[in-house]
Amino acid sequence: MREEITPVRPADLIGEVAKLKIQGYRLVTLSCTEIDANCIDVLYHFDKDLGLKHLRLTAMKAEPVPSISPVYFAALLIENEIQDFFGLKFQGLVVDFQGMLYLEEEALKTPFCKFSIQTAEKTSAPSIAHAEPAEPPAAAMPGEPAPGEMDS
Amino acid sequence: MQAVKRFINRMRSKSPWLLHFDCGSCNGCDIEILACLTPVYDVERFGIINVGNPFHADVLLVSGTVNHRNKKVLTNLHAQMPSPKLVVAIGACGLSGGIFREAYNVVGGIHKVLPVDVYVPGCPPKPEAIIDGVVLGLQKLQRLHEQPSVEKEA
Amino acid sequence: MRKTVIPFGPQHPVLPEPIHLKLTLVDERVVEAIPNLGYVHRGLERLADVRDFHQMIQVVERVCGICSMIHAHCYCMGIEELMAVEVPPRAQFLRVIWSEVHRIQSHLLWLGLFADSFGFESLFMQFWRIREKIMDISESTTGNRVIVSVNVIGGVRRDLSAEQTRWLLTELDWVEEQIQRLQTTMMEDYTVKKRTVGKGVLTAQQAYELGAVGPVARGSGLSQDTRQTSYAAYGELYFEPVVETEGDCYARSKVRFREALASVDLIRRALDKLPAGEVRAKVKSLKPPKGETVMRVEQPRGELLYYFKGSGEKNLDRLRIRTPTFANIPPLLAMLPGVYLSDVPVVTLSIDPCISCTER
Repeated sequence: MREEITPVRPADLIGEVAKLKIQGYRLVTLSCTEIDANCIDVLYHFDKDLGLKHLRLTAMKAEPVPSISPVYFAALLIENEIQDFFGLKFQGLVVDFQGMLYLEEEALKTPFCKFSIQTAEKTSAPSIAHAEPAEPPAAAMPGEPAPGEMDS
Repeated sequence: MQAVKRFINRMRSKSPWLLHFDCGSCNGCDIEILACLTPVYDVERFGIINVGNPFHADVLLVSGTVNHRNKKVLTNLHAQMPSPKLVVAIGACGLSGGIFREAYNVVGGIHKVLPVDVYVPGCPPKPEAIIDGVVLGLQKLQRLHEQPSVEKEA
Repeated sequence: MRKTVIPFGPQHPVLPEPIHLKLTLVDERVVEAIPNLGYVHRGLERLADVRDFHQMIQVVERVCGICSMIHAHCYCMGIEELMAVEVPPRAQFLRVIWSEVHRIQSHLLWLGLFADSFGFESLFMQFWRIREKIMDISESTTGNRVIVSVNVIGGVRRDLSAEQTRWLLTELDWVEEQIQRLQTTMMEDYTVKKRTVGKGVLTAQQAYELGAVGPVARGSGLSQDTRQTSYAAYGELYFEPVVETEGDCYARSKVRFREALASVDLIRRALDKLPAGEVRAKVKSLKPPKGETVMRVEQPRGELLYYFKGSGEKNLDRLRIRTPTFANIPPLLAMLPGVYLSDVPVVTLSIDPCISCTER
């Protein structure tokens, strides 16, 4: 990457982000990559006068990450998307879609996690005739992978 | 009475109204469908009008792949349309899932959810091909009108 | 006052694509809007696992059919950076030309849909009549109307002949004149002003904080255009972002009008300076992309960001696409409160929503 990347710890995240907001940075987006069965790499991209700045957070899948949506409202959709795709939980989201932003019940859970999804992929063959409940139950949380599922 | 019904049925296939639903398409097919309505291709000269209300529509144009969320909307729209009705699947995605067929949230072609009458291939199909597909479908609609079973079905 | 919740979409006559907004109303005015996405979600980014990095060009072109050229442009630039490919200058200029053709096409498409959203159907037909000329240009120069598919890693597939260049210039004159005529018709019309002036106002402060991009940000007075970073050949072409300050729907349509005209100028200048030479560098002997990078380009709807992570394999580890409409949804949620229910379609369309981009 051409620009500098500053590593941050989950505890310092909100403070660092708030500092950048005061300096006049605009939140561009968050990029998320799965590293291994336990870790997820989250990159926060910020922009000021067409220059980019990145923060790198290495998050554990099982532990929720503090949400930056109270600081930058624009992070709301991005964090919900990561919650859908990677099952990483965010604490303090302004609007929490409970992992239902994009995905329906029958679509596979956390589709971007290569390490924990191998077994689920085969079993979740979509069936059209299957009658589904009109309102997906709010308790169904694809966000948090079960410990056993993660190891497989 | 029979003569009146025949007259109405004939007129229905002379001036079919379209409902377009974008079902996970990349927009390529959608804008080509819209381009059909505009001055260069101008399907209105055939009496074809694009409507937003499923209760008014005879032909359902579907572009794109079906996914788990919009398949409910699609079946709903289809159920709201009066019979006899026609389903035209537009583009490679509507046929089989196209380039997206391996993606995790894609169910497949339109035929997995609805009975499809006409398939228009292409990625995206040219407006001429779409008009051709609809005209092909109208011939089928005409045949359906002539069958006496249509009234019972409705 | 009692609150009413009204669903807007997914199937709505003015929306070409399905998006669902849950509107909370007091009387006739919106107090809160919650988006509900996922009707077009396919999971494109994950296709990087099954398609190699050359085949992914065809996939990213289908993120959005309206700006397919620009998606492929951004993707190729990113991979070229990771593989250290030097793109020939002629290819850089051709990419700019086709990108700008796409921008005019997209802006005309939007202006037509926008006119239709407040019931001005004849204007819709007029805009799409001009747009067909642009489609002709793209068909005769690239071979395709919508998904042009000219980008490859290391350059472009096709070249422009001298005859095509001359023809392109005369066609552009016609397009420019027609757009100018419609600009006076639309922007000075009493009914259009009545429906757009002061509707869905977004202040510059709000726009910046909510991360608005593209014409939405520039309509609110932010001079922010990714083309200023001089990617491809934009550095050699004189270019200035189009900015309006009012921040309402009227200002946003003005920005798009002026940008379409600016794009015509950009194509002319690019054709004028078009260097001779190769259009495609050889990449066959190079190793697959390794490392990570971020690439940004300006789409008709705003800033587009791609994040690449490759490990030297044929398949990319991660491809992340942040499209402009995705960034413009939070500003839309800020515009809607206070708006009458009958103006919701107009305000929603004013961000130029491309749901297929947003949900990928």
